[in-house]
Amino acid sequence: MYTIQGKTGDWELVIGLEVHCEILSESKVFSGASAKFGAEQNTQVSFIDAAFPGMLPKVNEKCIEQCVKTGFGLNAKINKYSRFDRKNYFYADLPQGYQISQLYYPIVGEGYIEVTTDEGTRKIGVERLHLEQDAGKSIHDMVPGKSLIDLNRSGVGLMEIVSKPDMHSPAEAGEYLRQLRAIVRALGTCDGNMDEGSMRCDVNVSVRKVGEAGLRPRAEVKNVNSVRFVMQAIEIEANRQIDIYENGGQCKQETRLFDSVNLETRPMRSKENANDYRYFPDPDLLPVVLTDEYIENIRKNLPELPEAKKKRYVAELGLTPYDAHVLTLDKETSAYFEAAIKGHDAKKVANWVMGDLFGYLNKSAKSITESPISAENLGALVGLIQDGTISGKIAKEVFEIMTETGKAPAVIVEEKGLKQTTDTGAIEKIIADVLAANMDKVAEIKAGKDKLKGWFVGQIMKASQGKVNPALANQLLDKKLGEI
Amino acid sequence: MTDLVNLHISDALDLLNKKEISSVELTKAHLVEMEKGRVLNAYITETPERALADAEASDKRRANGEKLGALDGIPIANKDLYCTKGIRTTAASKILSKFIPPYESTVTQKLKEAGTVMLGKVNTDQFAMGGSTATSYFGVTKNPWGLDLVPGGSSGGSAAAVAAGLCMGATGSDTGGSIRQPASFCGITGIKPTYGRCSRYGIVAFASSLDQAGPMARSVKDCALMLREMAGPDQFDSTVAELPVPDYTLALTGDIRGKKIGIPKEYRPNGLNPEVAKIWDKGIQLLKDAGAEVIDISLPHTKYALPVYYIVACAEASSNLSRYDGVRYTTRVEGKTLDEMYENTRTDGFGPEVIRRILLGTFVLSAGFYDAYYTRAQRVRRLIYNDFVEAFKQVDAIVVPAAPTPALSYEAFKNMSPVDTYLGDVFTTPASLAGVPSLSLPIGLSDGGLPIGLQIIGKHFDENTVFQIGDVLEKSAGFDLNPHRVKG
Repeated sequence: MYTIQGKTGDWELVIGLEVHCEILSESKVFSGASAKFGAEQNTQVSFIDAAFPGMLPKVNEKCIEQCVKTGFGLNAKINKYSRFDRKNYFYADLPQGYQISQLYYPIVGEGYIEVTTDEGTRKIGVERLHLEQDAGKSIHDMVPGKSLIDLNRSGVGLMEIVSKPDMHSPAEAGEYLRQLRAIVRALGTCDGNMDEGSMRCDVNVSVRKVGEAGLRPRAEVKNVNSVRFVMQAIEIEANRQIDIYENGGQCKQETRLFDSVNLETRPMRSKENANDYRYFPDPDLLPVVLTDEYIENIRKNLPELPEAKKKRYVAELGLTPYDAHVLTLDKETSAYFEAAIKGHDAKKVANWVMGDLFGYLNKSAKSITESPISAENLGALVGLIQDGTISGKIAKEVFEIMTETGKAPAVIVEEKGLKQTTDTGAIEKIIADVLAANMDKVAEIKAGKDKLKGWFVGQIMKASQGKVNPALANQLLDKKLGEI
Repeated sequence: MTDLVNLHISDALDLLNKKEISSVELTKAHLVEMEKGRVLNAYITETPERALADAEASDKRRANGEKLGALDGIPIANKDLYCTKGIRTTAASKILSKFIPPYESTVTQKLKEAGTVMLGKVNTDQFAMGGSTATSYFGVTKNPWGLDLVPGGSSGGSAAAVAAGLCMGATGSDTGGSIRQPASFCGITGIKPTYGRCSRYGIVAFASSLDQAGPMARSVKDCALMLREMAGPDQFDSTVAELPVPDYTLALTGDIRGKKIGIPKEYRPNGLNPEVAKIWDKGIQLLKDAGAEVIDISLPHTKYALPVYYIVACAEASSNLSRYDGVRYTTRVEGKTLDEMYENTRTDGFGPEVIRRILLGTFVLSAGFYDAYYTRAQRVRRLIYNDFVEAFKQVDAIVVPAAPTPALSYEAFKNMSPVDTYLGDVFTTPASLAGVPSLSLPIGLSDGGLPIGLQIIGKHFDENTVFQIGDVLEKSAGFDLNPHRVKG
């Protein structure tokens, strides 16, 4: 178990996450304006989004569908009855003076996400998922002394996914977030881009002595917007709280901000803490009532979820749980992998994807969808090794050329004449030459220095420019040495 | 020409269709009357150019034999709560005093498509909050029955304009009696339809679960004609019922024999104004004479309607009015910080009654008080709703007074405490909370010569029965519509 050692003993962490996911939909949740990211400021704003007098919200059914899908992804209860409430507060980028949300009756109830860390696999509880609208954006640093407002984001649909306080280490929280991102991406309900703000995270952290019952006051750390920052913020905030307790102080429930530059959390201004949101049911919107048929229809058409995929990779393809986990973290990777294994050894393909391919993509800052090597070609490369056409060593060379040219491996092998030699006579000739040139070493082997055999194999490979099958070379070398 | 401004819409349509008059003539007569009637301060914004253009277009359609709307060529006024594209819409407030909507409300759009001519925007209590039209930033509207009297409210501008012949009909809106009470004070007819009958899209919101659009005119038939054009499903308002809108004029059969009319005892408290009681009794007798069966009934939770109404309406208003914050289209008074700008803008832009209701609403929704006020009010609202549903198992309609008094004088009104002014809504708020339709029409005069109206309350979406009974009462009461108009 993850603990932090303090002066007075060991401390454990209690962590919960509130994740806001922007819903992938053509239009906003209560208006017909486009919900696309990245347009010029204030060009995607309807009168509803700008809260003009007499404007009324109307629910975008696509957003309802996306919430239900995500609910299934979270193994959660889909609520047939849900309702919208107004959360009232004043801010310049909140045109209505309230956010339409779901406090009392969320669309999705309890569920869980399976999270795998070094400590094993655990189910992290999900408390609820509710549908709400996003606010606009305030821009404070463009014109000195003024704040500018961009309402493009105002009214974009959000799913707020609230976990139970079930996590106990930064790694677990990080993994929960990664897994959640994999789920929404697999379902196509959110693009999961934390750097564009389409997935945002608030972290609730408290600490307690190992074995202590009950919970101490928690801090809500706002807007922590990458997996790495979430893990950092948890550690920093936990240590801050432990310091306070160990110096005889008390923590209070409060909202804090994470500063990723100075690596600290600091309190938000007390005024921002003092909101009374005066929630009440929104009289402009009818309750959302879902039929069994509607829910079942969505369930039937769900794509395979990362968790199910992972289990299938282990059971059917013989992958290790770890490999299966890595290959199912996003749907692009799993799609690539599944295309690559057609007709080829899945485990070997997995090694190539996670080894050479990931290494190359990382180094060249490319995503898997930008890979110059198509999935089919990577599979074909593994095939060439399997059928003995090339050695593993030559394959690395071919892989290099593939990253540069994007050509099929068979074409490269042909063009460069890299085909493996299986002609015993030719190999024996090479071996004979190598041995003849290194009689001193032959003598050493004869004297019992067996390790030198590896050196000879290397020399043989070198002399054949790698085209000799190493197993065959070994076998023939033994034979030749025996004859001497 | 004076005749033209006293016509009913139904009669004017006959004359227009027979080409005995033109819409331009009819419209010009009203524009002249509006000028003469400016002392009433019924209009916030007059739109004579728009009116003449609408009228000319209508005459052209008629002359060319084109397809006509059901109200083609009829000059009407719109309450200044309805957003009208390109025409200032103020909600009678300072904060929206410069607001020109870039869109049209669904109801005014439908009336436009019905061929009506828009004369202008009429006064209301500020954000429809009040029963006197005295809370308007644009000054009080005077009652054509006496310049020292309030016209009622909030649709007081509509009521005064209709009564004085400054338009043939007008849109009103009713949250807790804002159509029915001014109709009674000004001696005209108005209906608050079932909640969900008309779209609220583009109407400046006061209390969303109660606000309903409705027509005000000089006869039951005129209201039936107008409502048919105003009502119906709307893609922009999900609270509108997906129900077809009947031709209400077909319900005006003149025969209500055998109809069961409920008279709830809770509306006759000790101390009920004797003149109001007299008119109510007169109405009951007229219904009996027409062959209706009058039945004593009980609506046991009536006494809670007023407090429940003020909790629910103010709660919703406090949230609905948050958007007027100085950031976008409203007036703005600068401040050193964002919060200070909000305070300055809203203190300057809202009148005292609006501020009072925002504060009340904020209070009843705030942590620690929510359950005691808002939750409990919602529960009692349900009981009031159930009262009506139960009663309507027994009767076809319920007849009660529209207001506890005839029109009050400004002097009297000014000296009343806010809570005393709220008591004026005591007879109208129950139907609002239950969402049932209610027609208000004048039955007779007080001893002092002021009109007094009754309400006919019907089942949800049964405006037909309400109109049918109203039509018979109107004819049998023989109420003389003409106030002793005072003109400058």
